[in-house]
Amino acid sequence: MSDEKRAPVSAAERQMWTTWVRERAVRALPPEKLLPDRQPAYVSSWIYVFGVATIAALIVIVVSGMVLGLKGPTWWHISSLGRFFNSIHLWAVELFFFAMVVHLWGKFFMAAWRGGRARTWVTGAITFLVAIGAAFTGYLSQQNFDSQWIASEGKDGLNSVGIGAFFNVANFGQMYTFHVILLPVVVVALVVWHVLLVRRHGVVPPYPARVKAATASRPAAEEGSAP
Amino acid sequence: MSADSRTPDDSAPWPGPFVRYDLVKELVIALVVVTALTVALTILFSSPDDPPTTIQSWARADPGDFVATAVTELDGTSEIAEYGPPYNHTPDATQKIGPLDLQSAAGVNIPIDTANDFVLGPLKTIPGNRRLTAALAAYEGSPPTVQKAWSEEFTAALEKAESPGGVAAILPRAHYNPVAPMMAALLGLAQSGGLDGDLLASDHTFYQTNYTKPLLFLSGGGYFEERAEGQHLLGTQWGMMNETGSYPGQVWLWLYTFWYQIEPFLESPNADALIFALMGVLSLAFICIPFIPGVRTLPRHLGVYRGIWRDHYREVED
Repeated sequence: MSDEKRAPVSAAERQMWTTWVRERAVRALPPEKLLPDRQPAYVSSWIYVFGVATIAALIVIVVSGMVLGLKGPTWWHISSLGRFFNSIHLWAVELFFFAMVVHLWGKFFMAAWRGGRARTWVTGAITFLVAIGAAFTGYLSQQNFDSQWIASEGKDGLNSVGIGAFFNVANFGQMYTFHVILLPVVVVALVVWHVLLVRRHGVVPPYPARVKAATASRPAAEEGSAP
Repeated sequence: MSADSRTPDDSAPWPGPFVRYDLVKELVIALVVVTALTVALTILFSSPDDPPTTIQSWARADPGDFVATAVTELDGTSEIAEYGPPYNHTPDATQKIGPLDLQSAAGVNIPIDTANDFVLGPLKTIPGNRRLTAALAAYEGSPPTVQKAWSEEFTAALEKAESPGGVAAILPRAHYNPVAPMMAALLGLAQSGGLDGDLLASDHTFYQTNYTKPLLFLSGGGYFEERAEGQHLLGTQWGMMNETGSYPGQVWLWLYTFWYQIEPFLESPNADALIFALMGVLSLAFICIPFIPGVRTLPRHLGVYRGIWRDHYREVED
């Protein structure tokens, strides 16, 4: 329904929490901004593909992980179908990190935090670090020699700074819970937040073009233009 | 001659031209392409699944290494016995970051008594072995100095013996050493698979998901490490970022693993803690790039952005 057709919000309605949340959400991200059908003409490089490729890989990871989760952690060792889905899961993770790293480098070279977009960078960077944890606990949950060895090696790093006392890599139950629920929820939530920030602030514009010195009229406070 | 003219506000609405852009279509196409790629990679390469090492497979494949490790667990000289927190209170065993001892601060949350948990406890579950019962009584009834002497004597004999079964013949016959029958019984228990179950179910509950004890026992032996070395998984072989076979593994851990390959970390007794701290600082810096003067403006000087937006610049500058 358009704004023109919507009935005006009364004072009583404005005091409702639901109204307050809806008004703020729509004001921050109106539908045409949330799902735009136009983009600035500069959004025409292949580098932009890697952000959406990261999300696509994440979807494949989640779906294949759900299939593996449905049958339990030992299924893929004894079933060729299980092995197939485990392999899908593994290669989707590899593609996820590949696409994400290219995306991050691309955004670094664009200085994509300019113009009030620092939170977009920060959420992306934290997503990368949390995803490393999600993958690490996945390797620990495989129940094979890789899991044993990674746990044996990984415990020393974690123990040395006190984390191992609470995050025990040899405790399969704990690692599995982190891998299938806790960390994926955080990763997905961060990705959603990141995408909403991108939609809200738009894609960072290019640095200004070079023009002849005689016509260059505006000196810049470069440091001041950062977030 | 040219110069940069700069946009004073990068948050301002884009004043230039817009083009049609179908985000949903792009996502669907990306999903189809990524799915096709993962299926292709799956068909071509599958995924690695080397079976785990069990206490049983270790004791059968290399009984000498198993017994030699078990003796160190018994006399408290193994790596885990002397590890410190979170497993035990061994003094001066922790890693530090300068004066900061986070390992001690976290405390002993996963208590492991290697003698009781790995050796004596499992041996007491073996029924109907009077020789073992007598050996256990003799061992536990003796002072630590005598226990240590027995272990050392047994270890010396084990090094000379061709197999653990030959140790008894080498041991001095002038006095009784209960470690020999204890180790013989433990080896039998391990080779039967019973020790795997004992270590897993040592807290006497039916359901089990915690493999800390069997894994720590395994990690003390040379057999486990040799298997990892054969699969290029040691710390000096870029360790955790690899996986068995020729698979890419956790390549995103390359920087973390890299520090283990160079000085001063290579020989440092605090390598794990120092590298963890370093990676923590680097990770924080990575997150905070937009706020770090000099770094946040680096992309402008690198100029890679001109390649990314080359169509835009060609159009504007022409």
